[in-house]
Amino acid sequence: MTELVFFTNQVIISGLVLGCIYALGAIGITLIFGILRFAHFAHSELMTGGAFIAFLLASAFAAWGIVTPIPTGFVVLPIAMVLAAILALGIDKGFYAPLRKRGAKPVTLLIASIGVTLMIQGLIRLFFGAGSYSFFETEPKEVFRFDLASIGSTRPLVITEPQVLMILVTFVSVLALHFFLTRSRLGKAMRAMADNADLAQVSGINTALVVRVTWIIAGALGCMAGTMLALDVTLKPDLAFNIILPIFAAAIVGGLGQAYGAIAGGLLIGFAETLAVFNWTMVLRPLNAILPDWMQLPPTLALVPTEYKLTVAFVILVVTLLVRPTGIFKGASS
Amino acid sequence: MPLIELKHVVGGYGGAPILNGVNMAIEKTDIGVIVGPNGAGKSTTLKAIFGLLKVTGGTIEFGGENIANSLPDKLVPKGLSFVPQEKNVFTSMTVEENLEMGAFTRPDDFSGTMEWVYEMFPVLREKRRQPAGELSGGQRQMVAMGRALMSKPSLLMLDEPSAGLSPRYVIEIFETIQRVNKEGVGILMVEQNARQALAFASKGFVLASGQNRFTGTGAELIADPEVAKSFLGG
Amino acid sequence: MIQRSLTLFGGLFVLILLMGWVMGLPFTSSRLVEAAAYALIALGLNIQWGYGGLFNFGIMGFLMVGGAAVTFISFPVNPVFWAGEGPAMLGKALLAFAVGALIVLAARKSDRIGITGKWKTALTVLAWFIGYCLYRSQIDPAAAYIESAAGGGWIGGLGGHPVLGWLFGGVLAAGIAYIVGKICLGLRTDYLAIATIGISEIIRALIKNMDWLTRGTLTVSPIPWPTPLPQAFQASGMDGSTALLAARSGYLLLAVIVLAIVMWLISRAYAGPWGRMMRAIRDNHIAATSMGKNVTARQLEIFVFGSVLMGIGGAMLVSFVQIFDPSSYQPINHTFLIWVMVIVGGAGNNWGALFGAILLWLIWVISEPLSKAVFDFVSTWSTQFGWGAIPEIEARSAQMRVFVLGLVITIALRFAPRGLIPEVVKRER
Repeated sequence: MTELVFFTNQVIISGLVLGCIYALGAIGITLIFGILRFAHFAHSELMTGGAFIAFLLASAFAAWGIVTPIPTGFVVLPIAMVLAAILALGIDKGFYAPLRKRGAKPVTLLIASIGVTLMIQGLIRLFFGAGSYSFFETEPKEVFRFDLASIGSTRPLVITEPQVLMILVTFVSVLALHFFLTRSRLGKAMRAMADNADLAQVSGINTALVVRVTWIIAGALGCMAGTMLALDVTLKPDLAFNIILPIFAAAIVGGLGQAYGAIAGGLLIGFAETLAVFNWTMVLRPLNAILPDWMQLPPTLALVPTEYKLTVAFVILVVTLLVRPTGIFKGASS
Repeated sequence: MPLIELKHVVGGYGGAPILNGVNMAIEKTDIGVIVGPNGAGKSTTLKAIFGLLKVTGGTIEFGGENIANSLPDKLVPKGLSFVPQEKNVFTSMTVEENLEMGAFTRPDDFSGTMEWVYEMFPVLREKRRQPAGELSGGQRQMVAMGRALMSKPSLLMLDEPSAGLSPRYVIEIFETIQRVNKEGVGILMVEQNARQALAFASKGFVLASGQNRFTGTGAELIADPEVAKSFLGG
Repeated sequence: MIQRSLTLFGGLFVLILLMGWVMGLPFTSSRLVEAAAYALIALGLNIQWGYGGLFNFGIMGFLMVGGAAVTFISFPVNPVFWAGEGPAMLGKALLAFAVGALIVLAARKSDRIGITGKWKTALTVLAWFIGYCLYRSQIDPAAAYIESAAGGGWIGGLGGHPVLGWLFGGVLAAGIAYIVGKICLGLRTDYLAIATIGISEIIRALIKNMDWLTRGTLTVSPIPWPTPLPQAFQASGMDGSTALLAARSGYLLLAVIVLAIVMWLISRAYAGPWGRMMRAIRDNHIAATSMGKNVTARQLEIFVFGSVLMGIGGAMLVSFVQIFDPSSYQPINHTFLIWVMVIVGGAGNNWGALFGAILLWLIWVISEPLSKAVFDFVSTWSTQFGWGAIPEIEARSAQMRVFVLGLVITIALRFAPRGLIPEVVKRER
């Protein structure tokens, strides 16, 4: 039983948390790709920028002496998401819209998004330095330990308060997104434009409005993902820059342009990463009692060494591109 | 006053103009058919009306107002609708969602219009929960027309509605077009099946090199030996 | 056109003179050597992107491969490693690798004996797993042994001439480019970009963590120079700063010679039938295919050629700084910077790429001291007004160059999308 609880702590909870963050990031990337047809690299900076906005708000709350029952990061999240959405709209207006107007190729937009990445990254580092920050400097990070001795486990089940909230918030947002895309007129228009942009225009759909809504959703969800990542670990200027490739991997594995694919892809990559570095000896140790001496398990038995954790996502990405470039949900292929 | 009137329209995609002075007038009761050789500017005329390319000269009057270079999201609420030739359905969306997209610009309740469309195309009611990409070519054409009718247009423009359809469906589509016209929707369409389409056209336009060559009723054009020889294949 | 290029290069020359005057000759000479290496790398990207329209976002990986190659060839021999059991263990690991590869190959051919469909897929996956476990079972102990004191810490180098190392860097980069190209070149542009970034990250993770091969984060130094070091000049009686300058001039001369040879070779090739074919393929893929050109093979060729230059350039940089530190490689400094060089200079034009490389490298290196000066100025000013000084000026100005790079690329895309010295489009009949 102890082993099972250990497995839950190490794989199920961490994989789920990581998967949620990847999924929220990948939704934005996949929507932008579906509507505007380019790979938006600066999405990482929307995430990091959003997290810093939330951090500033949380610090302001702390400075004003506002005490909240749940971590302040979650309380300020809605405000931060609004601000991040405005930031995303501003970036589009300032950098991508002029290029689109000129009829630039998607490749040019991709390069422009790298320029934006560098600028925002530079600005964040300029103001916040290269160090890391924590949301939990003024308040404790609550850790729930469930004692499972009753079912024969010597280890407790451990989950932190931000992790519980994170899983809940992701679930609610994904559900909300689902209803938006399938029930609301604007959501359907978004799907229509991703399906066939020319026909959407001909149908009289206000494509400029759809583009704006896309940026708002991408910015808000990106901010959510970034803030939650910062709440789970620490906040630093290259917070999301380091995980933008796994997020792209999630979007591509799920099928670019497919919102549900992005969610599935995010969870898949999240679990794959945690499973790949998981030390199986910890779970299989009881077998040592029945195994003959020459077959005793080595102290570490992981599929790949921990240093290569992020590499797992790239390998999955490359294999997907080779075997099924359209992804699991058949996204855009050409 | 005609429903739509093109006066000496010049336009193109930047560079040399494709339309060099096109004149046309359509009443609400008309079925207008544009015929002509490849590259004559037939589809381009429809696209110019719908704001999909730059009009550099002349006027396009719709309901007494110059609409040249207005964009589709302004034109659709005014009563114009357009069915492109290719890729004219949202393949990943259901039939019903396709129709809803046609009504995007309408703030009012459009359930009556949807009922009207379903009555016109009963097969669409059966398949309304199916993705449009799974339908046959003829059914897709119906979805595309249904989508365009959802905005309750006064002028419906169709770009080669019979392209790629089997002869049986061509007849069906042409009959539907006449039925739509009887319900009070003006029609302006480009057709390759020129003889067949001119047979029911109240107005026919023969274009060549981006200019009107012949104008008349459908019957007149079919009867004209010169038109028949040069443009209708003898 | 020619006049415009001459004016721009003239301006660049003045900028270099100005830099030599303000920042001092030792600083400037170092930066020029680096600029020459970056120019070589930018030419490599220009071949891939400007000529071939191929989107390589994995430049960092090729630079690291070049660096690792020159370290391996030119670093002195490690006698402890060669005396121990390390070589034998590595041999066994190599054997295990070969056996694993054979198992995978056999599984992929299993349809010959009647195993098809899902069973074949399952068998292939199983074969990969077995092969991987087999290799790991040999390489893990070998790596652990070599990394221990008895094994010598790492395998060391071969003690060869650094120029040989540069060549080996090119060869190794070519080999990797061939594999990457085989895998990825069929992909559409943005997928290719992401796939190449992914592969360069995998290369980085490997080089960083294979301590037995590259010494990983422990870093290797001092790596020898191909030209005499300042110490050699000092030994012959020169004073410190003159010796430094003399040594750097020697290195610079060598770098410029390499650059000139490469420039000459590719300009010739590009003006000839080969270049015409490349342009045809880039501008109209489908037409070129229908004319019977083997597009994929040509693109692979271009990808490999470009990567060779990146490998050599990466090796030159490592030789020059005398240290190979895998953790110093960053996508911003080693992939995006090169892209900005080529785009600002003018993709498709070798002189443009050369100009862009030198200009951007200079901008990159002077934006830090420049912003520090600006911050210092503003800081004194704000202190006088009683608003207090700007804190941590040093750290902040170091970050400015990332911002400046982003600013340069966005401005270039907006106002000079074809670069400062654009491609000359010849009207060919």
